[in-house]
Amino acid sequence: MSTVTSETFAAGGSPLPGMKQFGLMAGVLGVVLIGAGFMTSSLDRFYQAYLVAYTFWMGVALGSLALLMVQHLTGGAWGVVLRRPLEAAVRTIPFMAVLFLPIVFGMHSLYEWTHESAASDPVLVLKAGYLNTPFFLVRQAIYFVLWSGMGYLLTSWSLEHDRTGDPALVDKMARLSGAGLVIYFLSVTFAMVDWTMSVNPHWFSTIWGMLYIGGQALSAFAFGITVLVMLSQTAPLNRVLSTHHFHDLGKFLFAFLMMWAYLSFSQFLIIWSANLPEEIPHYLVRWDNSWKYLSAFIVVGHFIVPYSLLLSRDLKKNSAKLRVVAIWIILARIADYYWHVAPEFHKDGFSFSVFDVALPLALGGIFISIFVSQLAGRSLLPVNDAGLEKALTHHVH
Amino acid sequence: MTMSTNETAQRLHGVMAEFDSAQELVDAARQTMAHGFTKVEAYSPVPIEELNDIIHKKRTKLSQIVLAGGLAGMATGFGLQYWASVIEFPMNIGGRPQASWTTFIVPSYELTILFAALSAAIGMIVLNGLPQPYHAVFNVDRFSMASSDKFFLVVESADPKFDQPVTAEFLRSTGAKGVYDVDE
Repeated sequence: MSTVTSETFAAGGSPLPGMKQFGLMAGVLGVVLIGAGFMTSSLDRFYQAYLVAYTFWMGVALGSLALLMVQHLTGGAWGVVLRRPLEAAVRTIPFMAVLFLPIVFGMHSLYEWTHESAASDPVLVLKAGYLNTPFFLVRQAIYFVLWSGMGYLLTSWSLEHDRTGDPALVDKMARLSGAGLVIYFLSVTFAMVDWTMSVNPHWFSTIWGMLYIGGQALSAFAFGITVLVMLSQTAPLNRVLSTHHFHDLGKFLFAFLMMWAYLSFSQFLIIWSANLPEEIPHYLVRWDNSWKYLSAFIVVGHFIVPYSLLLSRDLKKNSAKLRVVAIWIILARIADYYWHVAPEFHKDGFSFSVFDVALPLALGGIFISIFVSQLAGRSLLPVNDAGLEKALTHHVH
Repeated sequence: MTMSTNETAQRLHGVMAEFDSAQELVDAARQTMAHGFTKVEAYSPVPIEELNDIIHKKRTKLSQIVLAGGLAGMATGFGLQYWASVIEFPMNIGGRPQASWTTFIVPSYELTILFAALSAAIGMIVLNGLPQPYHAVFNVDRFSMASSDKFFLVVESADPKFDQPVTAEFLRSTGAKGVYDVDE
C-alpha cells in the first residue's frame, strides 16, 4: 500500500460523467416541468414545493456533514470508502445557500407569522420575539456560515492530508468534528423549526429537530450508497469496494431507517396519548381526510417495506439490490417531507401540483451536478488515511 | 483387554493439521474442501470470517430462529396488553379505546427485542452443541495452542473420503507444520 498516491484513485474513467449527465437531465426536466407548473398552478404552490425539495436536498448535504464528523471521531472502514462522496456533498453547501433565496422571497407564501394578521393572533403575538422576519434572516445567515465554514475546513484539511500525510491534520479534523457535531445538532434543530415547523406556527413538537437529524443521516446514507454502488462498477474503485463494504453500509442504512421510525413514532405516540388541542391537529389534518392515504404510505413505504427488505443479509451484500432500496428510500424521504409541509396548506385533503414533482427534480439535478463536479476534482479515496489499508484488506482480520 | 488394530482405526476422531497463520489455515481449508472432504472443522484463536464460508457450505439456521423468537415476542407483548386491558381488566383511560394498539407498540417492541436476543443467545449455544464436556480434539497436546497462536484444521474420520495415511499425507501437502492423529 506504500505505493498508493492520489493518482491511484483519480476519478478519471469513472462513471462520474454519466452521473453528471443524469443530474443535468433531471435538472432540465425539472425546469421544463416548473414551466408547466406556472401554467397550471400558483406561485404559492411553487414555494411550497420548493421548501419540500430544498429541505430534502439540503438534508443530504447536512446529513453528509454530520456523518463526516462522526467518522472523523470514530474511524472505521465504512467511513474511509464513503468519505469522498460525503465531502463532495458537504462542499455543495455554499452553493445550496444561494438556493435558499427563493424561500426568502416566498416567506409570505410559506409563513403565516409574516402576515400582518399575526399581530392580532393571541398565540403568534407571544411567539413574535422569535418568529419575526429580521431575526429569521439573521438566523439563516448564521446557519449557513456555520455549515459552510465547518464543511470548508474539514474538506480542505482532508485534501491537504492527501498531499502531505501530516498527522496533525487528522487531529485537527477530529477536534473540529467534536465541537462541530454539537453545533450541527443545535443549528439543525433551530433551522428545521424555522423551515418546516413554523409553516404552522401554532403547532410545536420538541422532537422535530431530532426527527430531521435522524432523517438527514438516513438521506445521506441512501444517497452515499447510491453513489458508491455506481462508483464500484468501474475503475478505479471496482478493485477496492467489496461486498463487505456494502454490507456495513447497508447495516447503517437499516439502523438509521429504524431511528427515523423510532423518532417519528415517538412524536406520534406522545401527541396521540396526550390528545391536546394545540398538538393533535397536526395528525388530524393528516388522517381525517384524503391525506390519510399518504400517511399510510409513509408507514408502509418509508418503514415496513424497506425495513423488511433490509433485514436480509443477502440483500445488504448485493450492491445492485441495495442501491434499489437506497433509491426507494430517497423517494420515500421526499414524500415524508412533502407530508410534513403540504397538508398544512391544504387542510381539506390531498392536493397535488406539477411543482411537487418538478422541484425535487430540478433541485436534485442542481445538487447532483455540483456534487459530481466536487467529487471529480479529488482522489476517490483519502490516500493517506491510516485506516485505508485496513479498509481495503478484508481477507483476514 | 487389548484391541485389534482395526478397532483402533475405528476409534480415531480424525487427523489434525497445525498452521502458523490464519492465511495458511484459510489456504489449506480451501484446498481441503476443493479435494472433496466434507467433514472438516477449523480451530483458530481469532475469528476468521471467510473461513466460515469456506468450510460450512450450509447457512446457519440461527437467523430464522431469531426471527421466530422476535415474532413470538411481539405476539406475547401485544397479547399480554390486549388481554390485560380489553379482556381481563377493561378501564376507561381518558376516553381512549380499550384496544389502544398505538400504546401497545412500545412494550410489544421491547418484548420483540428481548425474545429475539434470547433466541439468538440460546440458539447459538444449542446449535454449537454446547455444553459439551468432552471433545476428542483436546486429546492432542498441541491443541492447547489453539487458544494462543496456532491454527488447526481437522478432517474427521466420519468423512467418506477419510483414510488415515492418505489424509495425513494430503494435509502435510497443504503446508501443515505438523499433522497429528486425534484419538476418539
